[in-house]
Amino acid sequence: MNIIETHKLRKVFRTKGNGASQAVEAVRSIDLVVRTGEIFGFLGPNGAGKTTTLRMLSTLIPPTDGRATIAGYDLLRQSRKVRQAIGYVSQVGGVDISATGCENLLLQGQLYGMSRHETEQRVAELLTMLDLTSFADRIARTYSGGQRRRLDLALGMIHRPRLLYLDEPTTGLDPQSRARLWDEVRSLRDEGTTVFLTTHYLEEADVLADRLAIMDHGEIVAEGTPEALKQQIAGDVITLGLDTCNGARHRAHVLLGQQSFVREIHPADGQFQLFVERGEESLLVILRLLDDAGLSVRTVALSRPTLDDVFLRKTGRSLREAAESI
Amino acid sequence: MSFLRHTQLMFQRSVRRALREPAWIMIGMFQPILYLLLFAPLLDNLALPGYGDTTSLNIFVPGLLVMIALFGLGFSGFGILDDLRNGVLERFHVTPANRLALLMGMILNDVILFLIQCGGLVLVATLMGFRANLAGLIVLFGLLAVLGLMVAAFSYALGLIFRDESPLAATLNTLTLPLLLLSGVLLPLSLAPDLLQTIAEFNPFLHIVEAARALIHGDMTHNSIVLAFSAVLVMLVITMQWVVSLFHRMTA
Repeated sequence: MNIIETHKLRKVFRTKGNGASQAVEAVRSIDLVVRTGEIFGFLGPNGAGKTTTLRMLSTLIPPTDGRATIAGYDLLRQSRKVRQAIGYVSQVGGVDISATGCENLLLQGQLYGMSRHETEQRVAELLTMLDLTSFADRIARTYSGGQRRRLDLALGMIHRPRLLYLDEPTTGLDPQSRARLWDEVRSLRDEGTTVFLTTHYLEEADVLADRLAIMDHGEIVAEGTPEALKQQIAGDVITLGLDTCNGARHRAHVLLGQQSFVREIHPADGQFQLFVERGEESLLVILRLLDDAGLSVRTVALSRPTLDDVFLRKTGRSLREAAESI
Repeated sequence: MSFLRHTQLMFQRSVRRALREPAWIMIGMFQPILYLLLFAPLLDNLALPGYGDTTSLNIFVPGLLVMIALFGLGFSGFGILDDLRNGVLERFHVTPANRLALLMGMILNDVILFLIQCGGLVLVATLMGFRANLAGLIVLFGLLAVLGLMVAAFSYALGLIFRDESPLAATLNTLTLPLLLLSGVLLPLSLAPDLLQTIAEFNPFLHIVEAARALIHGDMTHNSIVLAFSAVLVMLVITMQWVVSLFHRMTA
């Protein structure tokens, strides 16, 4: 079952430049599908249109064109029901710094229609779950960045939404907070919540997302599981260092060439660079093969393609370059 | 009914916030009293038309109450800027809560504070010799409440449009001062040239001030009263619709 389906979703912003008004097509006609219960990642450089898409899908801004169905409800005509079904944690967060964490949460829960009592129980749960207890009764103005982010997450989750949007959830967080948040996201998914997150961090998309879409200049340039995307682009590379005896290397070359999963062999400087599919599995087979043939392997290295390689292949730029150009 | 509950929750939030920064409330309380103390003695010397042998306070205080509505609540829109910037308003926007309830909760806090200020002012003025017809005073407070809602909503609307202190302050200053001067609060318009007097007729605040003076005097059937109430109610409905629609569209 799909929890999000968009059809030709489009957003054009009109800005007033110097005199003339300009139209910026932030999101160009995207068709997106997010399956229930998955962690869906939206990867792309800043300015790609990820946040704009997310804001359209959370009813914050109206699309210029196209439609979408969220949790079974029409985005434009049933926006109230959409709002009830989703949680949204924006990039900058929405903590009311003039109030305490508890006060923030109590108000939020009740705005979603929960009774005072229900909200209190849920707040207690969330305080423990997200480790907010030690500071929840302090004014939010005094919170650190990580604490505020955790409160943001709690605010988004308070009504147990089926779908949770996280816009750049770990930007600006230290590695521990980031790892914790990743764990939180996985727990949510395990409990049945669908999580839709945007990020410009490769590692986050790679490690966290069950499926992802890569966005650039308002368009989706690639879609699929991280594994599948990387496999499409390049194989894995296994680098073997063998004994320097010529005969051994020649025999190895022939033997390896016969294997179906080895796409290419490049000998160089006493080493072999093998382009294979599924390097993790192939490596073991190769090592055993060479061992059985009495050929000893001195060094081995396995390198995997990254999502940056995927991005590069699809857009002609590396994600890191794209990030620097903003 | 969830509308009332949401309004109440938002109201409580605004009250808590105000109480945590009592400086503003203190200033708000003292400013009108300061005006009273400074201006009232000056008006003794002017021959004010209308009500024969009443004290100048009876002429001045109703106008002063309207003036606080204009200046005090006129600037209440500043309160929404922080919420706009912090992403708080956006967070509320994403909830299924009724948009009007969200806004009403915030506006009501400003209006109730304003009414308390008015009460304080009337008290101090009474100590100085101000005498009001009780029934008229109660009706006046009703008028002030509706007026207050309208002015606050208008100010919030401008806050949602400008989103920043400087343009908001500039616009509010440009609007409030002429409205005040052309309403006859500080100086009677009989002193103004004919042209200004004609223009002032179109200023709803002129009629609101006239109605306020009539009510204080106990003249419940003065024609300005119906005019004032109608004008304010119509403006209230329009302003409310405007501010709610701005809230819908604010996160562009």
